[in-house]
Amino acid sequence: MNKIKNYFSELSVLLKLNVREYGMFIALAVIMLIFSYYSGGLFVSPRNLSNLLNQTGYIAVLAVGMTLVIIIRHIDLSVGYVAGFVGAVAAIMMVQYGVPVGIVIVAVLLLGTLIGLWHGFLVAFMGLPAFVSTLAGMLIFRGALLQVTQGTGTIIIPNEFFNAISNGYIPDIVKVPGVHVLTLVLGLAGVGFFIYSEFKTRKNKLKYNFKVISMSMLLTKLVFVSSIILLITYILATYNGISWTVVIMLVTVGIYQFITNKTVIGRHIYAVGGNPEAAELSGISVKKITLLVFASMGFLSAVSGILFASRLRSATVTAGVLFELDAIAAAYVGGVSAKGGIGKVTGSIIGAIVMASLSSGMNLIGMDISIQYIVRGLVLIVAVVFDVRTRNKK
Amino acid sequence: MSNILEMRNITKDFPGVRALDDVSFLVKEGEIHCLVGENGAGKSTLMKILSGVYRKGEYQGDIVLSGEVMNFHGIRDSERMGIGIIHQELALIPELSVYENMYLGHEIKRGSFIDWNETITQSVEFLRKVNLAVEPEEKVKNLGVGKQQLVEIAKALSKDLKLLILDEPTAALNEEESDNLLKLLTELKSHGVTSIMISHKLKEVISIADTVTVLRDGKTICSLSKEKNEINTQVIIKNMVGREISDVFPKRPIKEAGSVALEVKNLNAFNRELGRDIIKDASFRVKKGEVVGIAGLMGAGRTELALSLFGNPLQYVVSGEILIEGKKVSLSSPKSAIEAGLAYVTEDRKGNGLILIQDIKQNITLANLREISKNSIIDANQEINVANEYKQSINIKTPSVEQKVQNLSGGNQQKVSLSKWLFTLPKILILDEPTRGIDVGAKFEIYTIINTLVDEGLSIILISSELPEVMGMSDRIYVMNQGRIAGEVEAKTATAEQIMELATD
Repeated sequence: MNKIKNYFSELSVLLKLNVREYGMFIALAVIMLIFSYYSGGLFVSPRNLSNLLNQTGYIAVLAVGMTLVIIIRHIDLSVGYVAGFVGAVAAIMMVQYGVPVGIVIVAVLLLGTLIGLWHGFLVAFMGLPAFVSTLAGMLIFRGALLQVTQGTGTIIIPNEFFNAISNGYIPDIVKVPGVHVLTLVLGLAGVGFFIYSEFKTRKNKLKYNFKVISMSMLLTKLVFVSSIILLITYILATYNGISWTVVIMLVTVGIYQFITNKTVIGRHIYAVGGNPEAAELSGISVKKITLLVFASMGFLSAVSGILFASRLRSATVTAGVLFELDAIAAAYVGGVSAKGGIGKVTGSIIGAIVMASLSSGMNLIGMDISIQYIVRGLVLIVAVVFDVRTRNKK
Repeated sequence: MSNILEMRNITKDFPGVRALDDVSFLVKEGEIHCLVGENGAGKSTLMKILSGVYRKGEYQGDIVLSGEVMNFHGIRDSERMGIGIIHQELALIPELSVYENMYLGHEIKRGSFIDWNETITQSVEFLRKVNLAVEPEEKVKNLGVGKQQLVEIAKALSKDLKLLILDEPTAALNEEESDNLLKLLTELKSHGVTSIMISHKLKEVISIADTVTVLRDGKTICSLSKEKNEINTQVIIKNMVGREISDVFPKRPIKEAGSVALEVKNLNAFNRELGRDIIKDASFRVKKGEVVGIAGLMGAGRTELALSLFGNPLQYVVSGEILIEGKKVSLSSPKSAIEAGLAYVTEDRKGNGLILIQDIKQNITLANLREISKNSIIDANQEINVANEYKQSINIKTPSVEQKVQNLSGGNQQKVSLSKWLFTLPKILILDEPTRGIDVGAKFEIYTIINTLVDEGLSIILISSELPEVMGMSDRIYVMNQGRIAGEVEAKTATAEQIMELATD
């Protein structure tokens, strides 16, 4: 009896301490439950979940880049139109000039990076506030998008490889009707890796006499997270399996997570965000870091542009509209501090899924688009207020 | 003459420090009263209490103005009672005109609208009173510092002023401007305005003061009166310094200093924003295994000197030669300074020293991540080991090196800052006010660490506003005064009076 009591008291302490981190998951769970209820289970149907993740893709990669931009105390408003413009350039290269798709992808990724460098240059070396330079960028690339699509209007992309990026699924290893085996295998592998890394971290912490959570708490966490991963992979496996979009999303997060957590560059980024003067005096070039972060944002805008054009199988005049706001919202919902210096790319991905679930759910239950905007705005406010409140407490 | 102001038994505590300890302060009506004391003696804190920056309850004691006990809840309350304070950093808005600045916050209104014509007419009158010949429409940014100060005084006068407080008004002025200002104060006095002036320039104090109050370590030491012929330089300095240097400073074995580690020749620095030279023709040298103190009053240019050496991050226009171990070096960024073997523990730990939201280990390794990474990937275990080593050797009191720096006490934060710079394995360590705002125990620990470091052959430049500290810890001392190195003294033979004389005009 006492043991159970201890267990729950530790659980509640843990939840309270990490309310910011777990709050996001709780919010996601609540949103999913509400919409499942009101849509009669349609929301958690394999088809809808699969679609939901595919729709999250092009915002999620932007949110990853935006996380770093906000960490170093800046903002990038241009990313939506840059994504739209880059998508249009890709379409034109393929359709009008017949450039091979591989070259097209490399070229537009480069183009996006250059655009990011340009914004970074204005911010770091010309001293423009990021708000202004990227607001100008927003106008410029909106104009550029209109310019290149002026003659043709919507450009249909006939290239199958390109369109598969956002519409295709990973192939299966064996044919079993009704289930995607490779997806299940990957899900299991993911769970295995998660459990392994948790134990490894714990072992390391114990080695240095750091505080660790009790074994029963760790097991609770492992069971909880593993079952969520398994549930999602199972649902996806009964549909078409994991899509290429999800693969790209996971790879992007993986790389950025590694860079921000394990490398010198990542540490420098957090240092610049945490205290630019102290960073500069520690021998870090704030200008170079700024340039780099904006370049990465440009690169990811291009990735987003490719994903979106591929998803629509075409480049349209309105591609990229309001992406920047979704990405910024995702980052804030995902726990990036508005004051800079704090935030995780993994959080922003969850933030992106929260925002996408909200849109998707509201669409599903037939809510009017006008109300949808208002709800999304309110959710953003609630998320940031929650963030500020829980941080000030400490 | 009656007393216009009496501050009774004022005590003010900051976390860990008692800034004012039972201070009493008497100002007679119609006099010029100068408040002097070393940096950190409590002058500015006392004036902040008087002007309502700290509210009743945040300090103990009473403010009695013209016989009535005051209860200020903010600057507005004190202004209403006729107290005007002019800070060292002027509080004018550069883009607004002279008259807009003067009436900002107490606009002349007709109905709900501002009566600009009346505003201009009145502003002209007050500008005449302070002998300032500028058009009221002129933008403040087009005026020099001296004239801006007069605008501030005119602004104060326009609020029906009884008591004018000036915090180091002549610090940024040239000689002519200073003379004019002092003349103006005498003139205002003849019109019945009482002034309190904080100043480090004893010549000025002696020429103008009717009464001088000396503060030291948060206590009133004495009040000298002109009538009784008590005011002269020797007496003031003696009372300002007046304390024995006891053995709060651990002894270190006397050693013959080694070869020259750092030599600076004719260093000049010009601050574009302020539009003036902040370092003028400074030359000095630091030997291996030596502690060189840099003394001087606030604004003498000590921190600026350190920054000019340490890669010039604030982009002053710097000229001069820097030699490290006899080799000429070009230090164009903090990065190059670190690589050349310099380290700089900043004066303002929280502002530009540490990253408060990060943990101890991240702060310690930040300036030398290369040491703990391979192919740019940080070795987390090695990082923890390094942090733990410093935790032990420097004695950082914390349960774990994963503790956020913002949760540490001032002394422990300073130890983190020190560890961070020691981890860059410097040849020359610049310590800027290393014991400011930390308790006595931690101070002693830091002094002990300094001794160990020089024993190991490190060279240390110790910038400090606390005279006993510079004198107790240094081998030699350079005294700075208005951007210049005014003199060099041997710490063993020097007296505090001697240093004070070099530091003041």
